[in-house]
Amino acid sequence: MRTAIVLLFLLALASVPGSLLPQRPLNPAKVQSYLQTHGAWGRFLDAIGGFDVFGSVWFSAVYLLLFLSLIGCIVPRIRVYARALRSQPLKAPRHLSRLAENGRLDSAMSAEQAAQRAKAMLRPRWRTVTRVEDSGAVTVSAEKGYSREAGNLLFHVSLLVALVLIAAGRLFSYQGSVVVVEGTGFCNPGLYDSFHAGRSVDESKVAKFCIDNLNSFNATYLADGTPSQFRADVTYSEGANGAPKHDLITVNHPLRMLGDRIYLINHGFAPTVTIKRPGKAPWTDTEAFLPQDGFLTSEGVFKLVGPAGESKDIGLQGLFAPTPQDKGNGVITSISPQAKNPVLALFAFTGDTGVNNGVAQSVYTLDTTKMTKVGAKNLAVGQSMSLPDGTTVTFDGYKQWASLQVSHDPTQTFLLIAAVSMVTGLLGSLVVRRRRIWLRISEVVPGPDSGDDAPARSLVEVGGLARNDSGNFTGEFESLLADLRTALDVPAPAQSPARAVGAGIGKD
Amino acid sequence: MAINTGLAQLSEGLWTVATGTYMLAVVAYTGEYAFGKSGRIARTSTAVIREPAMAGAVATGGSGLPPSPVDGALYGAQYGAGTVQRRDSGNRWGRAAIALTVLGLIVHAACVIIRGVAVDRVPWGNMYEFTLVVGLIAVIAWLATLARMPQLRYLGLFVMLPVLIVMFLAGTLYTKASKLVPALQSYWLAIHVSSIAVAEGILMTSAAITAMYLIRARYDRISAGVGADQQRRFATLGARLPAAASLDKAAYRTVAFAFPIYTAGVIFGAIWAEAAWGRYWGWDPKETWAFIAWVVYAMYLHARATAGWKGSRAGYINLLGFAAMTFNFFVVNIVISGLHSYAGLS
Repeated sequence: MRTAIVLLFLLALASVPGSLLPQRPLNPAKVQSYLQTHGAWGRFLDAIGGFDVFGSVWFSAVYLLLFLSLIGCIVPRIRVYARALRSQPLKAPRHLSRLAENGRLDSAMSAEQAAQRAKAMLRPRWRTVTRVEDSGAVTVSAEKGYSREAGNLLFHVSLLVALVLIAAGRLFSYQGSVVVVEGTGFCNPGLYDSFHAGRSVDESKVAKFCIDNLNSFNATYLADGTPSQFRADVTYSEGANGAPKHDLITVNHPLRMLGDRIYLINHGFAPTVTIKRPGKAPWTDTEAFLPQDGFLTSEGVFKLVGPAGESKDIGLQGLFAPTPQDKGNGVITSISPQAKNPVLALFAFTGDTGVNNGVAQSVYTLDTTKMTKVGAKNLAVGQSMSLPDGTTVTFDGYKQWASLQVSHDPTQTFLLIAAVSMVTGLLGSLVVRRRRIWLRISEVVPGPDSGDDAPARSLVEVGGLARNDSGNFTGEFESLLADLRTALDVPAPAQSPARAVGAGIGKD
Repeated sequence: MAINTGLAQLSEGLWTVATGTYMLAVVAYTGEYAFGKSGRIARTSTAVIREPAMAGAVATGGSGLPPSPVDGALYGAQYGAGTVQRRDSGNRWGRAAIALTVLGLIVHAACVIIRGVAVDRVPWGNMYEFTLVVGLIAVIAWLATLARMPQLRYLGLFVMLPVLIVMFLAGTLYTKASKLVPALQSYWLAIHVSSIAVAEGILMTSAAITAMYLIRARYDRISAGVGADQQRRFATLGARLPAAASLDKAAYRTVAFAFPIYTAGVIFGAIWAEAAWGRYWGWDPKETWAFIAWVVYAMYLHARATAGWKGSRAGYINLLGFAAMTFNFFVVNIVISGLHSYAGLS
């Protein structure tokens, strides 16, 4: 077990940097800024896996070693336990009075009768065996608490199973997230903004369903501005041609279907603009803007892409403030996440957005290297701005968007079962009391002058051993002695003197 | 439903009353510790010549500090009243301490319950409320222990002083009564947080017992002449603590009781995280430290059964586990940002 202690310590120690350093799987942007501000130290940490501790080689090494030592420990123990279950309680030690708990009774029964009575008393909970020693004394060995080791083994085996399931979960799970603006939807399998799938996911077998439409997203707030509820109202269909159904997805209530779960992860605003170019049809577009702070000051872009090679694209960089506050210099920020006279601040560019040159672009940023700034204005809903070539840009209004995450992990249910049996095993291994007791019953030889028909008498020595620390064995042993007295018809002894302060607490 | 401001204020008033009552209880426990049967004064003063009694009881009890062993003889000489009379006064202090603890507990419980009614939800939605609940459980655990082992009453000072500190901490973490953010609107809040609070309350008791154990074990070593060159600091307190083996066993039993509850609490958290955040485990800082504390307590349980690690070494691992848990509560909540940032402090 020394190995286990050392490995557990290493495991705890190895986890610490995972909470103190920014972690790539949790927050890549934070890692990036850490790298920028910490130079060589940051690069060194990156090289040794400091920004993905729980996926690093050394963390895996520790838990793999722990895993192996667990197997190496449990397999022999299961064998030993199987043997212990079949074997009989141990022979009585020679000197019962040397055990931590011991007592003696004077019974008016023959040794054989006393042994039978004692066994009958112990039988329901103790495993017992009677032996006759060379001296003629009868011994009863009794043992209980076998399920303690069973619980301990159950815990460790469940832990092993849980670790295997967690690893399998990584291989067979997938997760995708997508930003859905009110009035639109998406399908699975389909296009996600980000998608991670385990190595063993068979894409042809993933659940088929569609969130046909985000009917509405609703955020409610208390008077002091703290959110009280987020609610996404969706229409969805299961399978390839399922009938449309209706559901509300809230923060603690994902939509579950076909083994997949759909979560409401984030929300924000999506402003709508209309661009009217002279002599051309008006172009209306709604784009999701990314929140920059807790008051949903959001940033995003609109890209009106013209024919390739003409360099007549129009790009709008926007900042949306649901409840705007002007800092006095025309720069606005939001002071509440609730929309109240929202303002859209636009920077207009013309030129080449680069959308047509084949390189993938983010829909939230505008590459202005080949563009010229042609105007800037803060617009309230319904207001317009004009560009030098006669184009007008109108802020029509806004919708809300919800970020939905689709998750699939086929191991979850089994993992829950493993976790429940871990706790069950733990309870057994910590609560069940492992005890051994022995009785040595020697018949008292009647004196020479008492005649042949003198009643049989026997001396019963009792010794007990607690094989672990749970419970108060001193108390248990005392009540056991009392039960034995009743079983063997021995009168209770005179009241023992009151206990001294603290007596008995440390004795067992 | 809106927040009931009147009730929220009443609850805050009750916090003040409960804290004040506990403070008086601590004073009374100190009185018992100083003047009780097994108190230092009782033992040292019998050895010195009795001089006219003075109002020593009030002076020492009121200072809130047990007399240091160096001062013992001095106190005995100055305030050495009759032994019989002193025993009575120790007992009176002890009874008063229990009465004040029970009274404080009632007010404390009322404070927590009324807070819950005022905000119309379980009263453990932020650090202030959680701290109050942990303190409440610690007091209940102490009184339950006393019901079974009344002879331990003289150790009340060592339990109620930490509780008093917890009450003051709650005061510094105070957060206005408010509704829950959407992420916390789940019945799992009642299940997950309460199981963790119960486990932490019990593990706090275990840490206190372990601290006593380590002091007593060092005292025993010094008394036996082993390691006489070690620093004697604190060790002299050990003279009046229960036997090292009893303390060690009590510390183990409390961990054995709390560990499955804590494990279940973490699993409840994982089940909740699956519903709220889309994954059952994500190495969020809070999760990471819950894992670290769990691993350290697992180490303790193993150490307790391993030759060469039993005793003081295991005791230090127990304290390390409590340190990890405390770090998880204070540092992770306040300093490190993560998904569990519900402290309500800004």
